[in-house]
Amino acid sequence: MLQLTVAPPAAPGDPILNIAIFGVFVAITMVIVFRASRNNKTAADYYAAGRSFTGGQNGSAIAGDYLSAASFLGIVGAIALNGYDGFLYSIGFLVAWVVALLLVAELLRNTGKFTMADVLAFRLKQRPVRIAAAISTLVVCFFYLLAQMAGAGGLVALLLGINDRIGQSVVIAVVGALMILYVLVGGMKGTTWVQIIKAVLLIAGAGIMTIWVLALNGFNLSTLLDNAVETSGNPAVLAPGLQYGLSDITRLDFLSLGLALVLGTAALPHVLMRFYTVPTAKEARKSVVWAIWLIGIFYLFTLVLGYGASALIGAERIAAAPGGPNSAAPLLAFELGGSVLLGIISAIAFATILAVVAGLTITAAASFSHDIYASVVKKGNPAPGAEVKVARRTVVVIGIVAILGGIGANGQNVAFLVALAFAVAASANLPTIVYSLFWKKFTTQGALWSMYGGLASAIILISLSPVVSGGERSMIQGVDFAIFPLSNPGIVSIPLAFFLGWLGSVLDRSTEDPAKQTEMEVRSLTGVGAEKSVAH
Amino acid sequence: MGNDALNVEHSSGHSAEVFRETQESEQFRRLKRKHRSFVLPVTAACLLWYLTYVLLAGYAPDFMATPVFGSVNIGILLGLAQVATTFIITMVYVSYANKHLDPDAAAIRDRLETKEGVR
Repeated sequence: MLQLTVAPPAAPGDPILNIAIFGVFVAITMVIVFRASRNNKTAADYYAAGRSFTGGQNGSAIAGDYLSAASFLGIVGAIALNGYDGFLYSIGFLVAWVVALLLVAELLRNTGKFTMADVLAFRLKQRPVRIAAAISTLVVCFFYLLAQMAGAGGLVALLLGINDRIGQSVVIAVVGALMILYVLVGGMKGTTWVQIIKAVLLIAGAGIMTIWVLALNGFNLSTLLDNAVETSGNPAVLAPGLQYGLSDITRLDFLSLGLALVLGTAALPHVLMRFYTVPTAKEARKSVVWAIWLIGIFYLFTLVLGYGASALIGAERIAAAPGGPNSAAPLLAFELGGSVLLGIISAIAFATILAVVAGLTITAAASFSHDIYASVVKKGNPAPGAEVKVARRTVVVIGIVAILGGIGANGQNVAFLVALAFAVAASANLPTIVYSLFWKKFTTQGALWSMYGGLASAIILISLSPVVSGGERSMIQGVDFAIFPLSNPGIVSIPLAFFLGWLGSVLDRSTEDPAKQTEMEVRSLTGVGAEKSVAH
Repeated sequence: MGNDALNVEHSSGHSAEVFRETQESEQFRRLKRKHRSFVLPVTAACLLWYLTYVLLAGYAPDFMATPVFGSVNIGILLGLAQVATTFIITMVYVSYANKHLDPDAAAIRDRLETKEGVR
């Protein structure tokens, strides 16, 4: 009986319509990417779009880059299933932007050229610091990519009615191949346009659904909440605790997650790299302001959509649908506007995955070719054009890795995988970014201890956590080596990385060049020389 | 092409001297002081306020569940307040930067680029 009532949403809507709408999106963006990419010759063009975007454009692209499938599908699903605890994700993801705005964006734009490592290695020893920064960039991008590709799998299951793993894998491969094409052809310019278009579509789509849900509830938040309580039969959905209030361990886990979210954003390499696509630090500031408004408004939408899905569809039906919690937003779209709205929302969700994956890929490729190939292997003097060539090859390799990883991670909770990427970024990158911008006595040894220490502790703790083994939903079933009880390592690894950065610096016997520190400080605050990076 | 990021920083003796003089100048020190005295405390306050919220959500769910009007409870209002403070901090910082940071930064930048030829 239960099976029968659950079966219909298995493939709501019309798969052909879904594919057609998505096809239109791909066709339009492809044309734009091809047009935008006509002069992608130099590294500045390929990695930083010639620094030609305005603050508003870049802010939209940042929102497009940041509002991943995890934000849209993951958070709506988390609120629909766990009530208030899902909302906590949104808050962390948003407040984090204050750190990016106040401490990082402008100083980074003034100091670096293409990658995070440009800033970190500015006044420290180039080779070791660049290698460390590139490794952590690649690791963070990998985790984040996995999350996006896994989301693609779940979405496919729901939207195209493809329930067998082979079929889903084929679709993940198609998404990956499309992404490779975008990035290969379009570089940062093409990627940015895809992200801008996607951000507009996503926010508009979510906005329409939000107004719709509110209209059904008399534009009264309280009524919406009442209906969510009624459908779920559980008043606890309105207060924190359903997911994280079970025990002291889960409460600590939540604190750990909160730290990772709020400190991770300003250290995400693909977000940092976006600040280089604008001409000045002032435009970088404007970008963040735009991004904060767009992202903040979007997360307010997710609150309504999550409770709306909970009220109109019910947590049980969502949990039982293919794709699980990630299906809440698409199911809600179907409930509201039938198969047409579902088709549009699912095309937007696919576009979201595509745009975020493209942004991650170009970041990882830039880091490999700029930091490792050009700076370390070729010692800063690669043959003309070689760096971009290497970047393009790296794009293909990363694309293939992402496809394989996505097929492997298919079925994992998306929001949760993203939270891990945030934890790694907050531990491995943030301390070094903050120290090198604000602490005069920071040294190479401090940077290396902090980056490798933060990276290693985050990853080791994750692998020893219930995420990997010993739990009901662990990645590896049947074994239990989870000696670390929390699923998010942030509360240990972030303070540890800050501590190691300090300790490594005060124990360092070699000193850094004070002239470089002086130069970095003056450049970072004033922007001397920063604008001219492309013109000559 | 494009790799000047790595070479440009090896500043010549002249520009190293210019950077040192700039760092010691009153105008730059004022800029640095005004920058840090805003961003560091505001970031700290914002993180503290967020941490308070997270701790309340984790350890005081009953308090968060207290209804205020209708079914809207303290938890939801505090969550919305986090969003509101983020927006407010953003606007305050932009106006502060426009008024107190940008003029000094632009003046120093112009002087270094046009008079001293620093790239």
